[in-house]
Amino acid sequence: MKAHLLSAADLTRDDALLVLDTAQELAQIADRPIKKLPTLRGRTVVNLFYEDSTRTRISFEAAAKRLSADVINFSAKGSSVSKGESLKDTALTLEAMGADAVVIRHSASGAPHRLATSGWIRGSVVNAGDGTHEHPTQALLDAYTIREHLAGGAGDLAGRRVTIVGDVLHSRVARSNVHLLHTLGAQVTLVAPPTLLPVGVEQWPCDVSYSIDAPLPQTDAVMMLRVQAERMDSAFFPSAREYSRRYGLDARRMAALPEHAIVMHPGPMNRGMEIGSDVADSERSVIVEQVTNGVSVRMAVLYLLLGGAPLVADEEESA
Amino acid sequence: MDAGTTTQDSAGMHPGDKPVMSESDIARAITRMAHEIDERTTGAHDVILLGIPTRGVELATRLGARLSEIQGRAVPVGSLDITMYRDDLRRRPARALLPTEIPAAGVDDALVVLVDDVLYSGRTVRAALDALNDVGRPRAVQLAVLVDRGHRELPIRADYVGKNLPTSMRENVRVALAERDGEDGVFLSGPKEQS
Amino acid sequence: MSTTVIRDVSINGERRDVVIAGESIAEVVASGSADTAGATVIEARSLIVLPGLVDLHTHLREPGREDAETVETGTRAAAAGGFTAVHAMANTDPVADTAGVVEQVWRLGAQAGYCDVHPVGAVTVGLAGQRLAELGAMADSAARVRVFSDDGKCVSDALLMRRALEYVKAFDGVIAQHSQEPRLTEDAQMNEGVMSGVLGLKGWPAVAEEAIIARDVLLTEHVDSRLHVCHVSTAGSVDLIRWAKSRGIRVTAEVTPHHLMLTDDLVATYDPVYKVNPPLRTAADVQALRAGLADGTIDVVATDHAPHPSEDKDCEWQAAAMGMLGLETALAVVAETMVVTGLLDWAGVADRMSIAPARIGRLEGQGRPIAPGEPANLVLIDPAARTVVTASALASRSRNTPYAGLDLPTRIVATFLRGRRTYGSDA
Ligand SMILES: [Zn+2]
Repeated sequence: MKAHLLSAADLTRDDALLVLDTAQELAQIADRPIKKLPTLRGRTVVNLFYEDSTRTRISFEAAAKRLSADVINFSAKGSSVSKGESLKDTALTLEAMGADAVVIRHSASGAPHRLATSGWIRGSVVNAGDGTHEHPTQALLDAYTIREHLAGGAGDLAGRRVTIVGDVLHSRVARSNVHLLHTLGAQVTLVAPPTLLPVGVEQWPCDVSYSIDAPLPQTDAVMMLRVQAERMDSAFFPSAREYSRRYGLDARRMAALPEHAIVMHPGPMNRGMEIGSDVADSERSVIVEQVTNGVSVRMAVLYLLLGGAPLVADEEESA
Repeated sequence: MDAGTTTQDSAGMHPGDKPVMSESDIARAITRMAHEIDERTTGAHDVILLGIPTRGVELATRLGARLSEIQGRAVPVGSLDITMYRDDLRRRPARALLPTEIPAAGVDDALVVLVDDVLYSGRTVRAALDALNDVGRPRAVQLAVLVDRGHRELPIRADYVGKNLPTSMRENVRVALAERDGEDGVFLSGPKEQS
Repeated sequence: MSTTVIRDVSINGERRDVVIAGESIAEVVASGSADTAGATVIEARSLIVLPGLVDLHTHLREPGREDAETVETGTRAAAAGGFTAVHAMANTDPVADTAGVVEQVWRLGAQAGYCDVHPVGAVTVGLAGQRLAELGAMADSAARVRVFSDDGKCVSDALLMRRALEYVKAFDGVIAQHSQEPRLTEDAQMNEGVMSGVLGLKGWPAVAEEAIIARDVLLTEHVDSRLHVCHVSTAGSVDLIRWAKSRGIRVTAEVTPHHLMLTDDLVATYDPVYKVNPPLRTAADVQALRAGLADGTIDVVATDHAPHPSEDKDCEWQAAAMGMLGLETALAVVAETMVVTGLLDWAGVADRMSIAPARIGRLEGQGRPIAPGEPANLVLIDPAARTVVTASALASRSRNTPYAGLDLPTRIVATFLRGRRTYGSDA
């Protein structure tokens, strides 16, 4: 592991498996009467959230607290990116407070990168979602969930077929998942209208389809991305209804999936838009599990970044 | 696995290693310890063996098999990883966790015997007691080790010892077990050369 | 009258003594034959001399953003970079859209005395793209404005662009267009391509530049005026300009040093020092720009020197200001990308960085031959030296250089503005 978790692309296959295996051990803690480990006692984890994301913040908070870290929630909502100076000043404040790790959610792509590399702070930086760039812990919990269901909870995801459907262009979840699932050996297919695929996507390590129906029969896990209806104002698609008809996962399309396939969504869902309510609530849906797994995976990440001796930034762990 | 024990997984003799326990010595020691556990616990049927990974788990399994024979019942055996409870975490990069498997009945009100290969500073056992405390509340906890090499740093002692092995702090004790290392044996190696 | 002799200097490969008397070049004679009695002598055996460099595209920030740069600090930086004339862009606060503002900037330049400052006039009032500014009044002012630009913003309204092109014909002006289709670049952050997709930064497509250039050259042909294309950054733009020139359209174009050297993969650092408008493009674009500059499709190198205070760069990429310093490193970067690579010789550098920009800006007394009777606007260069760029050592008030730490060829030894040394100590 590197000193920070900024991008899923930073994780080697061994790193990723270490996180998943560690998360698996830590998942047991949730079943114990005492859901707490002393491991990060005396260490300070700051949740620095420039965007409202209660679910992600709570997940990180629970993870840090189960490891006995001191948690400081720093909600910077309202301080928009237009006042860029505040990130640096906030970082200097956090450094003065002795933050050992900063978990940052920011609307600007690359903000965690800046935090980690500009010398403002010494602690580890965990990207909890930056703009339209990445959300590596979401990809890790998705991989964990897929592995539990489709790979016997062990090893990598070699040969598993994952189809990711929706607004890939604006999705940090999709970017991180393409990196990580590819690293773990899965075959990823991105499905979106051409307007919601980034330029250069043909060079990503995945397949691309404009049709949701073609890949479904060969899909082991289908991941539906949140699509904001407002995107139609920028002419990404004509109407919410047309989007839903062409790219939404309804019961009819779910029936085209193989027997064992699972349905995923990073949340929050737009029921009736990208995913039908009956699909979201079906037995194939593992959406609630994803939330549970998020805590274990984030515990694993915090433990691996903070539990050992301080890692020098960007240096590989020594044997 | 206690501090000061080498953790090479490679089997076979290492140059300069001095054998101090043979395969049969280990087998005899385990049989003796199993009898001692039965005697000292007066045949209690609530004994649970928890091995401390890595080699404590294999030893607990062997010990459990002998004890099961003696007691004529299946003695529950599990494992207890102590990584997250170590007091030296921040001296090394974060380590991978090892399996914790608590027998289904749990440890509450049971007599837990912790099993490890080498007892040295006592810090591993201290961590194991903390870990056990978060798992449940046994009625008593005892400690079985294959080798006690001395040099305690904490007020901890073993209840069952396979072999007391006086060592210098500069020496290393290596325990090999067939399940993991391809052979059984305990070896003493001289001070590590500075490289 | 003071006399300076630059002894045994190379002019286009020939060794000469250059005698400067007062504001002019008095003599250019065979090496060792100049009379040095009573003169300041510069031994220039290993040096070359070029006409003082002329920048068509400089942001001096005054008035309005004196925290980033002033006319004085910016022209000192220019002199340190070998420039004897700069064109000060109009996007100041207030905007240089009246005779009053351009005369103010012109006077500040004259007072500072480090290099000639030629204000660029705004095309539209307040750069708002709505109404033509008083182009004629600026042309007739003491500043004698000939270059007009809304730089920073594109004159995107086709009708307004047509009128501007037509109107400046009356005083031989030129419209310098910042070619950026606004709708295609709303909130754009970096070149649209593989990197923008991976980095999750909003893309700035090449076509947003090329579509405007295509339209503008056709408009220019239609009204038979003069168009100058600012900071060409894509291979497609080079093709369009080459095509337009082949049709006889009166279009000229500039490329910045950074677009000759830097590529969009640098954005992976998310370091806003690489954030610039137009954005850094791909390696293929860089190659096309170098080829275009070499074959004359692109007429000039212009710095687009854009100083920003640290708080506008020491932040998230998205929040950061666009632009980078250029004046003090322009020659070194051109040497690295064009001379070392064999694409341009020093006479070519003199053309692209002095003669051609002076011609486009209709400057008298700049970009002139090194010959007796000509104004002594000169830059003395050590072509074999190398210089490590040190941000803190720059004369500019700002520090946003993307070249910090780079070891680049050449060293500017001295700059002369009408015979007066504006940079370099006595050798
Ligand atoms: Zn511009």
